[in-house]
Amino acid sequence: MLSFIARRLAVAIPTLLILVVLSFVLMYAAPGGPFNSERPLPPAVLANIEAKYGLDQPFWKQIANYVVGVVTQFDFGPSFQYKDRSVNDIIAQGFPVTLTYGAWSFVVAAVVGISLGAAAAIKQNSWLDYMAVGFTIGAQVLPNFVMAPILVLIFTLWLGWLPGGGWNGGQWENLILPVIALSTSYMASIARITRSSMLEVLNTNFIRTAQAKGLSPSRVIFRHALKPAMLPVLSYLGPTFVFMITGSVVIDIFFSTGGIGRFFVDSAFNRDYSVIMGITILVGSMTILFNLLVDVLYAWIDPKIRY
Amino acid sequence: MTLTSMLKATTAATLVFAASAAFADSHATHPDTGEALATEQTFTYRVGDESPSYDPGVAEDVDGSAVVRDLFEGLMNQDAEGNLVPGVATGYEVSEDGKTYTFTLRDNAKWSNGDPVVAGDFVYAWKRAAAPELASPYAWFFELMSIENAAAVVAGDMEPSELGVSAPDDLTLVVSLSQPLPYFPQMVTHATTFPVHKATVDAFGTDWTTPENMVSNGAYVMSEFVPQEKLVRTRNEMYWDNENTIIETVTKLVITDENIALTRYLAGELDQTDVPAGQFPRLSAERPDEAISVPSACSYYYTINMTDTTNPALLDVNVRQALAMAIDRDVIVEAVLAGGQKPAYTFTHWATAGFETPDTPMASMTQEERNAKAVELMTAAGFGADNPLDVSLIFNTSEAHRSVAIAVSQMWKQTLGVETELGNQEWQTFLETRGNQDYEIARGAWCADYNEASTFLDLMQSDSGYNDAKYSNPRVDELMAEAKTSENPQAAYTEVEQIIAEDMPIIPVYHYAEVNMQSADLGGWPFTNFEQNWYSKDLYKIAE
Repeated sequence: MLSFIARRLAVAIPTLLILVVLSFVLMYAAPGGPFNSERPLPPAVLANIEAKYGLDQPFWKQIANYVVGVVTQFDFGPSFQYKDRSVNDIIAQGFPVTLTYGAWSFVVAAVVGISLGAAAAIKQNSWLDYMAVGFTIGAQVLPNFVMAPILVLIFTLWLGWLPGGGWNGGQWENLILPVIALSTSYMASIARITRSSMLEVLNTNFIRTAQAKGLSPSRVIFRHALKPAMLPVLSYLGPTFVFMITGSVVIDIFFSTGGIGRFFVDSAFNRDYSVIMGITILVGSMTILFNLLVDVLYAWIDPKIRY
Repeated sequence: MTLTSMLKATTAATLVFAASAAFADSHATHPDTGEALATEQTFTYRVGDESPSYDPGVAEDVDGSAVVRDLFEGLMNQDAEGNLVPGVATGYEVSEDGKTYTFTLRDNAKWSNGDPVVAGDFVYAWKRAAAPELASPYAWFFELMSIENAAAVVAGDMEPSELGVSAPDDLTLVVSLSQPLPYFPQMVTHATTFPVHKATVDAFGTDWTTPENMVSNGAYVMSEFVPQEKLVRTRNEMYWDNENTIIETVTKLVITDENIALTRYLAGELDQTDVPAGQFPRLSAERPDEAISVPSACSYYYTINMTDTTNPALLDVNVRQALAMAIDRDVIVEAVLAGGQKPAYTFTHWATAGFETPDTPMASMTQEERNAKAVELMTAAGFGADNPLDVSLIFNTSEAHRSVAIAVSQMWKQTLGVETELGNQEWQTFLETRGNQDYEIARGAWCADYNEASTFLDLMQSDSGYNDAKYSNPRVDELMAEAKTSENPQAAYTEVEQIIAEDMPIIPVYHYAEVNMQSADLGGWPFTNFEQNWYSKDLYKIAE
């Protein structure tokens, strides 16, 4: 197992390097640049700016300088768009925000989704099952960019219970609407996957054996059925978790949370090269890390899987 | 809650209470208007995006400049009508030849740390903003101001110390211009010319603009800043005119989605927000005291590629005239935009100070006459039902631009049988396409940098970097050069507008209006300031 983890981590480094180079090339291939605007800058002013940010250097040198800066000093460079701030500042401010609402959304989606899916499977064809299936279909067809404005309309304008946006350092009032908006559709997917997987497991021979042994229904479910039923759910949860904690631009835009997702999308539009790179590397590393984590968890849950 | 945070909270509460009590005493009514003032004096407004910088030397956008105007104070300010009023300077004198301006500074202006604001702070700030090291995107503003040696300093050919600004003593600032510029004093209300506290910049580098570090001289100080979420400013106790400041706290919230912002406004979270396109008629019917439309200093137009990469038909002036005439601007402003915009037949915005909109043939016709004339011109150019013109029209991605483009293409189709291929492009791609003349017709808009017609008409000069039509007319260049130093440039502007109306390198479509929802209890908003330059120190909340 340890050698498996070591091998995976060793592969992660070239993967990240390829990611950096590819992103760099694609970014430069896109038309426009960070300092193009409706009012083209006079050549002298543009030259000063390009010199300041090293854009006057040859392309290969820019990549080399960048990689060296990142590797040796963990310095992702200055933002081209937000001129008083560095990429490190932006990530340090935005990532904790995203991490907070992302982790809460994940917990809510996973706990409610799994409970709902499992309950629906156990009480198949009962009113509970129909309600659960109805809810999951409804929640899945309602994208969060539709749901966010509706939530604000109901909870802020009509009921006046919750603020319609902002972060305020992560106060719980500011957390509720983003978490509902972000978690609902994932919750629905998790419930559906859990339900079908659970149904499949409940109809297997070893469950029938367990029931025949005279074990109590709760023991059959928690002790024997839940763990194998979790395997497909787990492979869904891994990427979902990464997606949630690395930012949702919809949440950031609709709830003005100041999270990393907004910076990521804006940086692409603004051609803010250093911010694009910084967040790409962050998201890339997270993806690699959590995929590895899911693989490890797999082996732990299912003894048949060995690396 | 720890003991320290409890202590802090208690102290803060006491301070707030003390401040509001003092406030209630001194400001029960507004000193000028006599209106009763509300006990809570806060102003919360919405912007669509975070600003690139709040460093006066670097700030480049409208929203960022509004914040900088609160945090810092320049030589002169604007009043509600946009007239110059004293800021840090109490006044100025111009030399006989119009090339030297001498500003006298007030002796009671202070930085937020208590240091006096001196002429040397302006000299430092201007040299810093022009120097290549800072690489300010607004460094060119000093060239626009005609300050001596500005171009060479920006290009790095001269030391910043050669810039034409000096401080013979702490309260005197002398500015030398390379040529007389009648509207020069108007330009010192611009953020790029605001003073900067040298000791703070030296101590903190680019981090000097954080709330903990910033030392500023305006009516407010930055007390909290969370990028992409909010920026809070509270009054500066050191400000020389602090006793006349009424609003205690100003909060700028970044809310990207206009509709969410409107919902939050309706829920009472905001005092001001923008009205989404097309919703003005409904909102002004429901809340007439709050839905407000005022002229805003931008013009919307279609630019026509006049180089050899264009559609050859567009090089025919008859075709350009016909396309311009066949646009029913009343339909665009009343049905498509519906926010108090005005049809445009000239490039310069109708509300620009000192500018009289000249008569152009097209402006005085009815739409029927324009359509008839357009058909006539199109036939003369050799196009008709059996030989229709095909053109392409590009715009940057936006619902509003799409709606206008669709309406225009329909009008061209119905009146002239022109087939228009519409294309939208993401902003950066669009700029590159348009800037490289890789288009036939493209959307454009221009907003005034200062309240004078040359801010628009400069674009029509052959060598203007913003002239994407690549239009060139020696007479226009001559007139614009003349207008620069003329005491009364209106005649030149009239002629330029008439030449444009004849050559039609750009098709003016409409003049912008700013459409806002604004709390009825907010007083002092400068509706009549054409550049929409507002200062929080002039605002107040009226008691309900």
